[in-house]
Amino acid sequence: MSAREEVLARLRAALAGAPPVVPAPGPVPRRQGDRPPGRPELVELLRQRLVDYRAEVHRAAGADVAGTVAAILAAAGARTLVVPAGLPADWRPGTVEVVVDEDLPAARLAGLDAVLTAAAVAVAETGTIVLDAGADQGRRALSLLPDLHVCVVRPAQVVGIVPEALDRLTPGRPLTWISGPSATSDIELSRVEGVHGPRRLHVVLTDG
Amino acid sequence: MRTFLGMPTTAPAGVGHLRGDEPFPAAARKALGDAQLRRNLRHATTTIRAKSGAVIDEVPDWAELRAAGRAIKADTMARLPELLEQLEAAVTAAGGVVHWAADAVEANRIVTELVRATGADRVMKVKSMATQEIGLNEALEAAGIEPVETDLAELIVQLGNDKPSHILVPAIHRNRAEIREIFRREMPGVDPDLTDEPAALAAAARRHLRQTFLSTKVAVSGANFAVAETGTLAVVESEGNGRMCLTLPETLITVMGIEKVIPTWADLGVFLQLLPRASTGERMNPYTSMWTGVTPGDGPRQVHLVLLDNGRSAVLADPVGRQALHCIRCSACLNVCPVYERTGGHAYGSVYPGPIGAVLSPQLTGVADNASLPYASSLCGACFDACPVLIDIPSILVHLRGQAPHPRAEAAAMAAAAYTMDHPRLYAAAQRAAGLGRVAGRALPPPLNGWTASRDLPAAPPQTFRQWWAERGSGS
Ligand code: SF4
Repeated sequence: MSAREEVLARLRAALAGAPPVVPAPGPVPRRQGDRPPGRPELVELLRQRLVDYRAEVHRAAGADVAGTVAAILAAAGARTLVVPAGLPADWRPGTVEVVVDEDLPAARLAGLDAVLTAAAVAVAETGTIVLDAGADQGRRALSLLPDLHVCVVRPAQVVGIVPEALDRLTPGRPLTWISGPSATSDIELSRVEGVHGPRRLHVVLTDG
Repeated sequence: MRTFLGMPTTAPAGVGHLRGDEPFPAAARKALGDAQLRRNLRHATTTIRAKSGAVIDEVPDWAELRAAGRAIKADTMARLPELLEQLEAAVTAAGGVVHWAADAVEANRIVTELVRATGADRVMKVKSMATQEIGLNEALEAAGIEPVETDLAELIVQLGNDKPSHILVPAIHRNRAEIREIFRREMPGVDPDLTDEPAALAAAARRHLRQTFLSTKVAVSGANFAVAETGTLAVVESEGNGRMCLTLPETLITVMGIEKVIPTWADLGVFLQLLPRASTGERMNPYTSMWTGVTPGDGPRQVHLVLLDNGRSAVLADPVGRQALHCIRCSACLNVCPVYERTGGHAYGSVYPGPIGAVLSPQLTGVADNASLPYASSLCGACFDACPVLIDIPSILVHLRGQAPHPRAEAAAMAAAAYTMDHPRLYAAAQRAAGLGRVAGRALPPPLNGWTASRDLPAAPPQTFRQWWAERGSGS
């Protein structure tokens, strides 16, 4: 018997010999979320929850994403910025050296100060942004190696709860759910921000 | 032990970390003498209980989520073979390679061969209970391959030549001053003036591992969830070491207990709401990565999934004990357990400590090999109360006590160990549990004087596992 057949045979024997004491309960009603995406109160909740987990949040009028990003980078002392190829051209600040990711080696990415991406979805209740490696977000390594991640979220992308985010995402894509900067609870179970992932997360909320 | 082909089988001895060197009461007595350990544990578990309680209170449908979590897991176990086949098909269709391992020995061999095939002599690891369970690091080392733990707590344990003592925070038994000492002693090139500020310690780990992340070609991970319908694997983490390992290497090998499969994509929504709040007390953990096979141009080009039995089929075969397989490894039951808070995780002998370990380890190995663990509890019910997927741990404990080879001896040993515990706090725990009335009809209602031998005598189960086993063996 192959290991595969062996394991499956064991499991079938286990179930055949011992049916459940109580039958598996049927489906349990689940909260699906009832607030239309992008409502101002959802965006405000997202802002609060992001701040709670030490992300910094900025509001930018649609036309002024580049200016807001420039200010963030200047304040952080960042001089180099990597962007995915599909990032809207008018988001790129003119104030720093901008590198477009074309399969850059990891060491090169790690040497850049900051990364600017869009997002796929954001979850207000948990303060989470989800990247799905779309053209305006780039491959996963991009938003991982630079120490400062600036992420632009549009109101229409903000949903209330996790199940709504899953509904909008495509399972086959590589997904990264981000809630605040990298952190650890490994020392005395208290949360400390800043381990291996970006130590600073700035979220720019646009108005349209 | 004789193995019958195709029959539910416990985890083999002599490999991995499911069996302790000494019974729980003896190990616990030693731990109880360590005041520093108890202070560290009390501080950590008190912190996490408060955080977790606060974020759970925010969720209006927490009770429904727990019920949904239990229902999904019960349904999963009832259909485990078909779901695993579905998962295998989906992962394969997405460019991944699926391997099956009947036990720890097979899993270690598969992973070692996969690493060898890449030519690498070093792998980086994301914290994974399954790979600790099977002793993968030792197997890799024996084959001349260096495993590097990248999770901060695992790194503390590895550098300190220590053993993990908690599911979520393996170094929970260490405080910041002890961690600083380990780093100063064991971390090459570390700043001798390193302080014991958690942020400074985290920064030291970041510097220490950066080059490893950028240059290591193979990573080994576990998985928190695997979605049968889509072939998607998920790792839930905090530090970003998981993202590094899942994204940067050329080859990714994931070792996963077969019970981690869930049926549908939508089911993730239930567990992603339950796990972080019950686990680290966060609304959401900093990072969750999901991948489905291979994505050209993004992440590892070779993706492997090793599906591990190692005793799980034997757990599945026990209709009462089976629900231990529902565990999502949040560690909430450890953090509320009055016994764990006093003894720490090492006393349990297995990589699975605390209440869940007391029901899971004996079932994985066979009760005879971990006979004292079902007694490592006061049956106060706090674990059941805390469990986000409603696993009735006290009932499983009582059920397993009925299978211990010499229950009276085990019970007496535990009663003696319990005597040294500090009574005022147990009193509070027992009082709290008295309101639950959960063990009524199974054992005496929790008395208010801590553990007693009489409470450890279980009601006779209608049929013991061994009787049942013998009967079904002769019938098939
Ligand atoms: S048994 Fe429940 S509370 Fe304990 S670790 Fe597992 S899921 Fe969490």
